[in-house]
Amino acid sequence: MEPEQESVTSLQQPETAAPPQAQPAPEPEAYSTPGSTVFDAENVSCYYGSFRAVTDVSLSIYENEITAFIGPSGCGKTTVLRTLNRMNDLVAGARVEGDVRYRGASLYGKDVSPIAVRRRIGMVFQKPNPFPKSIYDNVAYGPRINGEHNKRKLDEIVEHSLRQAALWDEVKDRLKASGLGLSGGQAQRLCIARTLAVEPDVVLMDEPCSALDPIATGAIEDLMRDIKSRYTIVIVTHNMQQATRVSDRTAFFSVLRNEESDTRTGVLVEYGRTQQIFEDPHDSRTEAYVTGQVG
Amino acid sequence: MAVTTGQQLNLREAKGWRRTKNRIATVLMVVAFVLVVIPLVFVLITVVARGIKIISWQFLTADIPPTVAPADVGGIGPAIVGTIQIVGLATVMAVPLGILGAIYLNEYGGKGVVARLIGFMADVMTGVPSIVMGLFIFSIWVLRFQFSGFAGALALGCLMLPVVIRSTDEMLKLVPNPLREGSYALGATKARVTMTVVLPAAVGGIVSGALLAIARAAGETAPLLFTILTVTAVNPNPFSGPNTSIPSQIFTNATQPYPGAQARAWGAALTLIVIAFVLMIAARFITARFTRYSR
Repeated sequence: MEPEQESVTSLQQPETAAPPQAQPAPEPEAYSTPGSTVFDAENVSCYYGSFRAVTDVSLSIYENEITAFIGPSGCGKTTVLRTLNRMNDLVAGARVEGDVRYRGASLYGKDVSPIAVRRRIGMVFQKPNPFPKSIYDNVAYGPRINGEHNKRKLDEIVEHSLRQAALWDEVKDRLKASGLGLSGGQAQRLCIARTLAVEPDVVLMDEPCSALDPIATGAIEDLMRDIKSRYTIVIVTHNMQQATRVSDRTAFFSVLRNEESDTRTGVLVEYGRTQQIFEDPHDSRTEAYVTGQVG
Repeated sequence: MAVTTGQQLNLREAKGWRRTKNRIATVLMVVAFVLVVIPLVFVLITVVARGIKIISWQFLTADIPPTVAPADVGGIGPAIVGTIQIVGLATVMAVPLGILGAIYLNEYGGKGVVARLIGFMADVMTGVPSIVMGLFIFSIWVLRFQFSGFAGALALGCLMLPVVIRSTDEMLKLVPNPLREGSYALGATKARVTMTVVLPAAVGGIVSGALLAIARAAGETAPLLFTILTVTAVNPNPFSGPNTSIPSQIFTNATQPYPGAQARAWGAALTLIVIAFVLMIAARFITARFTRYSR
């Protein structure tokens, strides 16, 4: 696709060096001045075997913003999210067409290591998935695989990450207890702390609150707003109120049904500032969805 | 359904066919349980009752006397030493190989031709009668070299290998995929994911599966008939010269008409059951210990 790949970011080999530190935070209210883009997707289509799950998605994701993907089930939000850190590589038969650029470098370029990609672009999953290890070891897992074994430094990282995830006060006295003993909301915040511990550049969140009650959801939304000055966040959500509460931009995906072949494929219908998507949608499908006329 | 006021609400189970079916099924299950337990208890009581009389320090350590000797002469020391040597060697060969094979099947092979072939061969090997395995080792090893404990260990190892592969495979399949994804999302390599997340999560089941395979192998007689012969004094070198084992001693003694030999056969049988019992308990303990964090 691109003739001369200008690698701003080297993804070629997994290095142990920490990813580039996020720039000092632009003020949260820096809405009017769009920052630099982190991802630029061009005509991305995703396939599972011969099934085309998502067609022709082009969008840019901006630095230090929270971008929400909304849309009905089966519209490919999660699939698109997972192309952003090459998690779909793990699914047998999954394939991506088109170009996804991450800070100028093509994510699906020839020598790109998915390991290096995922060290910069972390992910939080729909169901909290703490490892069957202690709380401490859960958070220290990422730094350890990156070669950090200094006990003092690990202690610092664990405390800092748990504080960022607003979990420190609840677990500081039982860091050696199993991560599986936490409640759903705590476990999800543990997973967020685990992701933040490797100091990623981007945090992808795949419906992080769908298994949580409103209070835990509120805690996680607060946390997202807290950390967005240091990270770029992309969140998939089924909850439109959540998108309006936390996101700066919203992408609305929908399902396109092909009557002849009876197949369905996800498409990006509209992408813009969250306020515009919800208050002044340009596409009638977006309007129908955000006003609750169709599920 | 509206409840008419003034009427007593009846929440008891209705009489009739449904209730009868329940009774019949319950009775059948209890009968099945009793039928299963009767032979087990009977075997245990018989072996303990007949074997306990002869068990003594001398019986466990002394050399094996001629079969005509009375019960208070000699013992089965060489058989215990031989069993430990042979089963130990078989374990050292089969367990690591089996675990690695299962890791390949589950984590690396995917649905490839090689993985499916290995899985299929493991299933076929599970069905090979143990005496055939003994003949196999006899023809490829014993005929060329000589009878030795090692030849017996080869035969037992061949029997254990598919059992270890299958039990480990089942345990690895039980490790939830979100755990693997959580690790991948932190930038872990496949080897890292396997070593730090998958194996620790499955280790309890893997160990107990391996111990069950060891207990099975310790009780095998047929494959040892062609590979180790029997001896009457301890053979300290498992790699050279005939050896003996507890099952072989049971076999040779129980087929004799002399009361002394038969008493020794019962004693050896009790010893074998105790060894198997100890291994089972160890399996339970190890499983419990390793699954400390999985709740």
